[in-house]
Amino acid sequence: MSRVVRVAAGQGFWGDWLEAPARQVQGGPIDYLMMDYLAEVTMSIMQKQKSRDPATGYARDFVPAMERILPDLAAKGIRVTSNAGGVNPRACAEAVLETARRQGLAGRIRVGLITGDDILHRLDELLARGHELRDLDTDRPLSDIRDRVRSANAYLGMAPVIEALRGGADIVITGRVTDTGLTLGPLAHELGWRADDWDRIAAGTVAGHIIECGAQASGGNLLRDWERVRGLERVGFPLVEMGSDGTFVVTKHPGTGGVVNIASVTEQLVYEMGDPRSYITPDGIADFTTIRLRQRGKDRVQVSGIKGTPRTTMLKVSIAYFYGYKAVGTLVYAWPDAFAKAKAADRVLRARLRDLGLEFEQVLTEFVGADATHGRLAGVPDPDAPEVQLRVGVRARDKAPVERFTREIAPLVLTGPPSVTGFAGGRPAVEEIVAYWPALVDRREIEPHVRVEILKA
Amino acid sequence: MKGSVPVQLRWLAHARSGDKGNTANVGLIALEPDWYPLLVKQVTAARVARHFRGMVSRVERFELPNLAALNFLLHDALDGGGTISLKTDAQGKVYSTALLRMAIPVPRAVARRARGGRTGG
Repeated sequence: MSRVVRVAAGQGFWGDWLEAPARQVQGGPIDYLMMDYLAEVTMSIMQKQKSRDPATGYARDFVPAMERILPDLAAKGIRVTSNAGGVNPRACAEAVLETARRQGLAGRIRVGLITGDDILHRLDELLARGHELRDLDTDRPLSDIRDRVRSANAYLGMAPVIEALRGGADIVITGRVTDTGLTLGPLAHELGWRADDWDRIAAGTVAGHIIECGAQASGGNLLRDWERVRGLERVGFPLVEMGSDGTFVVTKHPGTGGVVNIASVTEQLVYEMGDPRSYITPDGIADFTTIRLRQRGKDRVQVSGIKGTPRTTMLKVSIAYFYGYKAVGTLVYAWPDAFAKAKAADRVLRARLRDLGLEFEQVLTEFVGADATHGRLAGVPDPDAPEVQLRVGVRARDKAPVERFTREIAPLVLTGPPSVTGFAGGRPAVEEIVAYWPALVDRREIEPHVRVEILKA
Repeated sequence: MKGSVPVQLRWLAHARSGDKGNTANVGLIALEPDWYPLLVKQVTAARVARHFRGMVSRVERFELPNLAALNFLLHDALDGGGTISLKTDAQGKVYSTALLRMAIPVPRAVARRARGGRTGG
């Protein structure tokens, strides 16, 4: 292996460990820091924030994270790729540039800004031209919910990331670029991979998938021998060392906690997996049944043999739309007969909701400590359990019944079964439900609209 | 199977799960590579569907012999999934552990090697 490019994961989701980016930059040699912030519903949360304040709509944690590491990035020549831009990548880019100027780095930091994934303002035009944007799960056309759409973004691939890097960007800020594209882009750029070199594209995609959830590949949330994973309090986030032939090593910085082994990498590989022969991205399709893993020393797993096939003509679109309202109320019942008391309380609550004539799409009761995660597979609840939490959720299209439900929890404390506590938090909040609508669109409708700008601090 | 004993999958495999809309996926990984054929033979889509009876609508299975792993798609497992679901585990993060409750018949020699030599289910 002649040339090696190191891409390190700095964040696996919006809300991940704030210490990770600095440790990745300072703990050992890396070429790129990849910061993934976007999950399926994140865009709609950001859209909601932006509608209240046009200066928001991106992962705001990204700015202080950059502030902390900008001097290191500049000194070491480390570049960053991130989809922190959310639904407002321009505001995110401006905030980072402003931070750089304040730190005396004017003229030394260039931000690559990628736009064109946001198609909210183009939906009617697309629908009018016959693109139905049908829900991939239910096959219903978008017109069913058009008036309730809150955000709509096409998943972009590596191409604009590569263009930004070619243009000299030190920090690439995107909206809805795929998680894997943030890793694949730098690899293809540095190693000169052709866009139709399907095996290498697949290798870079698998590398991206392995590190896109941060420490979930390096000992975090690892089930196998979990009690033997050491040092999670200083867990090392994963990084990949990619060779030009598409063979790579997953590892982490020396002296960090956690573990990189066959088990940790395999658990991450199967995470959110569909058909393993067909992991579809905008850049190509990876065949996960061709992946070969070998342990190559402590905390080093070699990944090789990956095969890929050509990309499709379609891009995935992530649409978020207003669905309705929900609320979840909880109370804790203590021994003796904790489960029986919680069950009796549920009966009282449901009867009151019925007597009030409230209409819900669903009322769901779970008994935490008895059946919440495994349902009937958990077996008969332990009559001697020290406590059981009653957890009742309701969902409705209208707000009023959900609002009324939130006022029916507290009264149970003095008007229901005994030995109840755990209501210090007050009334449950009514939450607006913004649901997810996955669809496909012809990539020729999107790609001509993608723009890459290089902005200087 | 003659001469075999039931062993819970928790002693034979590890697992991780995730979601895609209202579908949960469970990746089931053999703890020892030579136990993978046992999983292929015993942990069929039909048996997993029976295990999750009333909790999922349909089960698909994919084989990854290179990783000694099976991937299961459990359709309609998440009560609407994503933000719609009212479940604690709306995104199926721990659905994997519910599969590990299932017991399969394995040869006595394998049962003895399985963690702690425990049997059950």
